[in-house]
Amino acid sequence: MKVVLKDLTKKFPNRNKKIRDEVIAVSNFNIEIPDGKLIGLLGPSGCGKSTALNLLCGLQKPTSGQIFFGEDDVTNLPAENRGVGMVFQNYALYPHLTVQQNIIFPLENLKGAQKLTKEQMAAKAYEAAKLVQIEELMDRKPNELSGGQQQRVAIARALVKMPRLLLMDEPLSNLDARLRLQTREEIRRIQRETKITTIFVTHDQEEAMSISDLIVVMKEGVIHQVGKPQEVYDNPVNLFVAKFLGTPPINVFAGEVKDGKLFIGKEAVLSVKGVADKKVYVGIRPEGFVLDENGALSCMLDEVEVMGRDITVVSRHEALDGVEIRSIISADNKVEAKDGIVKFSLKPHKVHLFDQETEERIYFES
Amino acid sequence: MENRNMKAWLYLLPAILFLGFFLVYPLVDVFIYSFEEGYNSASQTYFGVGTYNYSYVLHDPYFLQAVKNTFILVIFTVPISTAIALLISVGLTSIKPLKELFQTIYFLPYVTNTLAVGLVFMILFKKTPYTDGLANLIIGFFGGNSVDFIDGPYWAKMFVLCFYTIWVVLPFKILILTSALASVNEQFYNAAKVDGTSKWRIFTKITIPMISPMLFYLIITGFIGAFKAYSDAVALFGTDLNAAEMNTIVGYVYDMLYGNSGGYPSYASAAAIILFVIVLTITCINLLVSKKHVHYA
Repeated sequence: MKVVLKDLTKKFPNRNKKIRDEVIAVSNFNIEIPDGKLIGLLGPSGCGKSTALNLLCGLQKPTSGQIFFGEDDVTNLPAENRGVGMVFQNYALYPHLTVQQNIIFPLENLKGAQKLTKEQMAAKAYEAAKLVQIEELMDRKPNELSGGQQQRVAIARALVKMPRLLLMDEPLSNLDARLRLQTREEIRRIQRETKITTIFVTHDQEEAMSISDLIVVMKEGVIHQVGKPQEVYDNPVNLFVAKFLGTPPINVFAGEVKDGKLFIGKEAVLSVKGVADKKVYVGIRPEGFVLDENGALSCMLDEVEVMGRDITVVSRHEALDGVEIRSIISADNKVEAKDGIVKFSLKPHKVHLFDQETEERIYFES
Repeated sequence: MENRNMKAWLYLLPAILFLGFFLVYPLVDVFIYSFEEGYNSASQTYFGVGTYNYSYVLHDPYFLQAVKNTFILVIFTVPISTAIALLISVGLTSIKPLKELFQTIYFLPYVTNTLAVGLVFMILFKKTPYTDGLANLIIGFFGGNSVDFIDGPYWAKMFVLCFYTIWVVLPFKILILTSALASVNEQFYNAAKVDGTSKWRIFTKITIPMISPMLFYLIITGFIGAFKAYSDAVALFGTDLNAAEMNTIVGYVYDMLYGNSGGYPSYASAAAIILFVIVLTITCINLLVSKKHVHYA
C-alpha cells in the first residue's frame, strides 16, 4: 500500500504560555511513499520524526493536511481503525503477558468477520514468531528476554495482524552495537519477506543508509531531501544533508570561487566552470582526497590511522570549518609528509559547493 | 563476615526491642490468658487451665452476633469500596479541568475526625421526634416509607454501617489508585490503541494487571481494617453495641474488658485470638489467590 502525505503540518502550543509562538514539529510534508518499500525517516533528534510517525499511526491529529493510505483518506481515522503496526522505541511489551500472549494481543481485538478461533490465533502468532526467530521463547515473560529478543517480539506483535503499514520508532536505539548490525539486516529481511510498506525513524544515518530503499532527510520539521540512499549521499541538495550523511562526515572548508576556479585558502584546488564568483562552502567527502605530491591542497599532517583495508589521514587546514580533516585513502598508498605538510588532489565528483548564505547546493562542471 | 552480621543485628536492635515489648510479648501473653480460666488481672490469679474460655465465647450469642456483623461488613465493604475507588480514580485520571480540585474533595474525608463524621451520618439517617433525617426525606420523595436507620430494623442499621465504612475508607484507596494509575506508562496505552484495542479491553487487560499490586495491597489492608472495625459502629450507634445488635468482634473484646459486662480478660483474650486466627486465615487465602492474579513488574 502506498502512503501519501499532503501538506501535512503539526503544530504544538508553546509550553511557555507567555510566548505565543507555536512549535512546528512537522511542516508541510508532501511526500509519496511507494508500496512495499522500506523507508528511513532520518534526522537529528528533535526534528519531528517521531511526530511524523505518530501522525501516521493516528496517535496524534495533524493541525492541517491529509494522509492517504492507498486511496483512502485516513486523516481523521482514529488509531484503532487504521490497521497499522507499530514498534515502539521501548517496545512497550505488556510485562504481565507472555511472549505468545503479547503477540496474540492485536488478533484478539479483531471483531466481526475477521474474528479468529484460538487455534487460528496461535497459528498466526507462531508464524509471526518464526519470522523473527523467537518461536522457542513463546512462554517467557518480556523481562526474561534480552533487548534484542524483546525487539523481535515487538516486531512480531506489530506484524501478526499483517498491517497495511509498519512503523518503527528508533527500532535499533536500545540495542548494543553488534546486535544493531544484526537486527538491521533482520529488519531488511523481514520487510522483504512480508513486502509490507515499512517506515522507520532513526537519527543514525548509517542505519538509514544501510537498509532503506528510500531515505527522507528532515530537519526542524522540514523535509530536506528524499531519495535513494546513494543518490542522496552523492547529490546532497544542501549543506545540512551533506553534513548529516556519511561517516566520517564530510569535510567542510570556507572557500571562494574566482574566474571559474575554486580557491581554498590561497590555493586553487579545482576548476569549477559555470559558477559566478562568490564565497562558498566546500564540502569534500573523505574518499574525495587523493594523495598527490603535486596536489593543490596542502594540509598539515596530524596523524595517520591504519585501518587495514584503508588509511585515515587526519590533518588540519586553516580554512576548515571544523577541527580536523579526515580523508580515507587506499592502504596501498604511503603517506609522506614534507615538513609536516601533506598534499592532496581532489576527485571532482566528491566535491560539493554550497552557497554561504543559503547553504544551498551550487552545481558546477569540472 | 561475623562483624558485619553483628552490625546488622545492632541496627535491627531498636526495632526488635520495640516490637518485642509491645507486639510479640502482648501477643504471647494474650494467648496464655486465653487458656487461663477465670483470670483476674487485679489479683493475677486463675482457677485452672483449659479451653473453657473459647467454649464460652463461641457459645455467647453476643459474640456470634459480632462475628456475623463483622463478616457482613467485610464482605460488602471491601469489594464495593475498592470498586468505587477504582471507578473514581479512573475518572480522576481521565479528566483534565479542575482535576486538583476534585482530588482534594475526594481526599477530604480522610482528614476528618471519625466521630464528627459519625455525627453527620446520625443527622443524615437518624429519626427524631422533629425530623426523619435527610435519607428518609429522599425515600419519602420517591414515595417510600420512612425507615429508622439508627434504632430501627437490623438491615437498616447494617446498611448505614456499611455505607459509612465505605465512605470513610474511600479517600485513601482513591489516593493510592490514582498514583498507581499515573505510574502506568503511556506507551502501553498507545501500543494497545494502535493495535485496535477497545477501551474496555485496555482497562481489563492492561490497566488492571498493571496496577494489580496496588489493588491487592488495598484489598488485604481493607480486609484487615474491616475485621478490626469498632470505632465506626460506636460513632453511629453509641457504646452499647450489644443492645443495638451492631457489635463487632473488636467491640466484643472491648466490652469484655471494660464495658458494662466488663472484667473478663480471659474471654476477651479468647475472642481476640479467634479474631487473630480469622484474619490470618483470610490473609493467607488472599496471598494464595494473589499469586495467580497479581503481576509484579
